[in-house]
Amino acid sequence: MAKPAPMDTDKIKGLVCRECGKEYPAVSLHVCDMCFGPLEVQYNYKAIKPRLTRKAIEAGPKSLWRYVDLLPIAGDPTVGLDAGFTPLVRAKNLGDELGLDKLYIKNDTVNHPTLSFKDRVVSVALTRARELGYDTVACASTGNLANSVAAHAAAAKMQCYVFIPHDLEASKVLGNLVYRPNVVEVEGNYDDVNRLCSEIAGEHKWAFVNVNIRPYYAEGSKTLAYEVVEQLGWEAPDHIVVPMASGSLLTKIWKGLNEFHKLGLIDRMATKVDGAQAEGCAPIATAHKLGRDFFKPVKPATVAKSLAIGNPADGYYALKATAESGGAMDMVTDEEIIEGMTLLAQTEGIFAETAGGVTIGVLKKLVKQGIIKRTETTVALITGNGLKTQEAVMNAVGRPTRISPSLVHFQKTFGLGNHER
Amino acid sequence: MAHLRFHLRFPEDKIREPVLCQINRAFPKVDTNIRRADVREKTGWMDVEFSGDTAEIERAIEGIRQKGVIVDPIELNVVE
Repeated sequence: MAKPAPMDTDKIKGLVCRECGKEYPAVSLHVCDMCFGPLEVQYNYKAIKPRLTRKAIEAGPKSLWRYVDLLPIAGDPTVGLDAGFTPLVRAKNLGDELGLDKLYIKNDTVNHPTLSFKDRVVSVALTRARELGYDTVACASTGNLANSVAAHAAAAKMQCYVFIPHDLEASKVLGNLVYRPNVVEVEGNYDDVNRLCSEIAGEHKWAFVNVNIRPYYAEGSKTLAYEVVEQLGWEAPDHIVVPMASGSLLTKIWKGLNEFHKLGLIDRMATKVDGAQAEGCAPIATAHKLGRDFFKPVKPATVAKSLAIGNPADGYYALKATAESGGAMDMVTDEEIIEGMTLLAQTEGIFAETAGGVTIGVLKKLVKQGIIKRTETTVALITGNGLKTQEAVMNAVGRPTRISPSLVHFQKTFGLGNHER
Repeated sequence: MAHLRFHLRFPEDKIREPVLCQINRAFPKVDTNIRRADVREKTGWMDVEFSGDTAEIERAIEGIRQKGVIVDPIELNVVE
């Protein structure tokens, strides 16, 4: 890093309870002792503002660490130095298809090193975990998070435990084993795995990235919003469509946009943050549709497994963020998810995982309903790579055309002429 | 002594039952401390801290589950 990182006291004020406002030092704590509300990182914006200019950011590394002044680490980043700064693709073909003049795809299918937006949050979480003195990291995951934690832990030479349900598909297990973490298959149903991991996190002095390190981990998602704004030429879009699992990503997109506005990096901020879920697991979108400020947990049943969180930790806050922004939420069926995936692939050449199909499916609905207007600048967040969920589209992409090894047969099959010669 | 924190959800058909009171009677060595709650006419949730021997708390939790109340970790879903 070219410039020295500010110290803790300068940049990070500490942690604050999102419910009662009680303040804590910036340690590994995630639940308020007073009211049991979740904690989040608070920054000293007064100290940050004078040094955080567009020019200073543009001179930074081509990774998410160009926004280090707004990330919760005290020193230099040490893990995931190449994560982030993924392409913002002008999606003309898809825009034509959907009826949007200015559509962009934020393409985190090519995030480094494990091809999902989780590389952002894990880079921040593991850097902070090291600063807090941890040498062991852990997570409970069925997919992208486990991949990212295992890969980053391997590169950072940290001990790693990945907890997975015992019936996870073989391909997903392999994607973790290759990095040599301790992969622990837990017998029992999803709730049993969930409960056990919470207890382990409370019992062992490990950095459980999405439990005791969660306040730091979640902040990494803000970089998606920062990058979108910078890549649009320091403009905030009119709409951002965000897939929702725990709801954390959506709340952090909203936080990131507001931070840039507050710090004077953008003049105008009228972005509507729209949430997307799969019908088979839509507790947040359902609550939004019913006009409720609370959600009813569900048992997930959807092809979009990376979004299948039935009792989302940040569901309430996602509802609040979307309402504050004036955004919308919607949900799509499994069929619409597959359609969304193939549409994105066939118009823009981007193969997204099922969550991307959810985003595109909901984007399509919001345009149809007139919620997103043709002339509005719209960004769809595509958060994971389709190679990870190939089985989802296996029956929707057809078969290769088989021919004999003959030029005539080839030309005949494809009507290319000259086959009589 | 262990202190374990849980998020309890009361479905509509259980909201009128004094579940926590019954659990306190059945497990007198486990202290229950309600720290945050939203109980409405038809539904409700509570964030509760249970203090006592770990095994005894686990038995009490199982007892709450058997009464039809849904028990989650305080963090809700941690499997992502």
